[in-house]
Amino acid sequence: MPELRTETMTVNMGPQHPSTHGVLRIVLELDGETIVSSAATIGYLHTGIEKTTEQKKWQQVIPLVERMDYLSAQSNSYAFCLSVERLLGLDIPDRVRWIRILLVELQRINSHLVWLGTHAMEVGAVSVMLYCFRERELLLNINEMIAGFRMFPSYMRVGGLREDLPRGFHGAVTSFLDRLPGKLDEYEDLLTKNAIFLKRTKGVGVMSRDDAVRYSLSGPIGRAAGWSYDVRKAFPYGGYDTVQFDVATGTHGDVYDRYLVRVAEMRQSIGICRQMLERISPTGVFAIDDSRVTPPPKDKVYTEMEALIQHFLIYSQGFTVPAGNAYVPVEGPRGEQGFYVVSDGGNRPWRIKARSASLLACQALAPMIEGGMIADVIAVIGSIDVVMGDVDR
Amino acid sequence: MDAPTLTARLTAIVPQASLEPCSDTDQPTIRVSPADVVAVLYALRDTPELGFTFLADLTAVDWWPREPRYEMVYHLASVEPPRRLRLKVPVPGADPTVPSITQIWPAADWLEREVWDLFGIVFDGHADLRRLLMPDEWDGHPLRKDYPVQVNVPVRVSEPLQVSEEQFRANIVRDRKVRQGT
Repeated sequence: MPELRTETMTVNMGPQHPSTHGVLRIVLELDGETIVSSAATIGYLHTGIEKTTEQKKWQQVIPLVERMDYLSAQSNSYAFCLSVERLLGLDIPDRVRWIRILLVELQRINSHLVWLGTHAMEVGAVSVMLYCFRERELLLNINEMIAGFRMFPSYMRVGGLREDLPRGFHGAVTSFLDRLPGKLDEYEDLLTKNAIFLKRTKGVGVMSRDDAVRYSLSGPIGRAAGWSYDVRKAFPYGGYDTVQFDVATGTHGDVYDRYLVRVAEMRQSIGICRQMLERISPTGVFAIDDSRVTPPPKDKVYTEMEALIQHFLIYSQGFTVPAGNAYVPVEGPRGEQGFYVVSDGGNRPWRIKARSASLLACQALAPMIEGGMIADVIAVIGSIDVVMGDVDR
Repeated sequence: MDAPTLTARLTAIVPQASLEPCSDTDQPTIRVSPADVVAVLYALRDTPELGFTFLADLTAVDWWPREPRYEMVYHLASVEPPRRLRLKVPVPGADPTVPSITQIWPAADWLEREVWDLFGIVFDGHADLRRLLMPDEWDGHPLRKDYPVQVNVPVRVSEPLQVSEEQFRANIVRDRKVRQGT
């Protein structure tokens, strides 16, 4: 009998694959159905945003950083504003801080809803995707209400917000917050004890706590492994030290625990949003009263010379930021999200570096999928919640 | 713990390192020379009372035409107790080389590849220093300040990748060795 020939097979996955959440290419080496090794290639969506920001004035950077990651647009602009405000030494009014926290928590729910829908679809539960996008639509409507733009509102500004909250904002947010908990129960009914979902996710893509630290996987991946690091608790920013919430953690570090952590985070975010809504008055101050960064009200521009000059300066030259550097991270939907901002004292940034949680998660894909089955690759890619635009920037 | 205190602690552990506390206001910052960066990072990670186990980020800044031209920036964090620290490493423009820290944190692998790709800083000891974001055959390092913002590159039609099966296997074996080495 001839000797059985054994050799590994290489399979190319991507760059155009519906389950890679963008343009990610992975070369897998297979022994039967088991993955022996894998090599990921990224960079297909590299748009040079960091180089572009160096040509823009400080305020113009905000739309750019929002477009890095379409699921955490407001978290990105929030992190950028916090870093620049630290350099400028601005003390942001309380009402603005509460509105910002409300918006980034809504953004977190938005991101987790899209994650839950696409992840569930990839492991076989297509209906959950449709339900999640139904609820997410309401969040996009709120974005449209505040800024006229659904995905990238560019509503935050260095020094505050672009304009005051629209009429009906409290009602829209309240009705969404009232609706979501019941819907989350529905999703959990569909998934949490679903035998197929459990088989696809339990014990799959395990990342231990120590490995999560070594691979810098903060956020839901690290918390699912029992690493309770949350920037909101460890390094409170923008008033988070006054907010009551719990950090959800898991124990196993597998795909299923990441699901549980993210669902629990959505519930916590609902609580945070309710606390913030109570603190926010329907109208009031929406930007810091500092003539360096905040444009004067339009009625003054038309009647007062000083205001006209100030308006002209802000919109033509922009403002200068004192020389120095700052890094104020926030807890984005995918983990620590921050912008390292370097200024040479001019009206344009000298260097802006985004800490991309997606990039680090993508890097840690190989240790998570190696040794597992090829069908689990999709479940793992879904569970780490990468946005390829944020990976490649 | 502020920068001078941290510097004093570090000097006690790594006496040969030349450390200089900076006056950054957002978080403690220490300037380290390239030769000492690995020893200092090991000390920061492994000394229990310091506990900077989390490499938050790693990047570079180009200060062209100033000299030393580049500056490597390492953002570290300790979760318990919550503390942050930034290390700055000046890198000369003529010979931009710093030691790799992939043996300390595997997370640094792609971050260092990104810095090599966009700044051209060589990481000594990095097992797999290839471009990460730009195409492999790209010329130049785009985030350098003397690199133009807009470049006109003729449209390139890619030939189908011609890799023999042996080369393909050799690549995979090399990648596996790289990961096991870190």
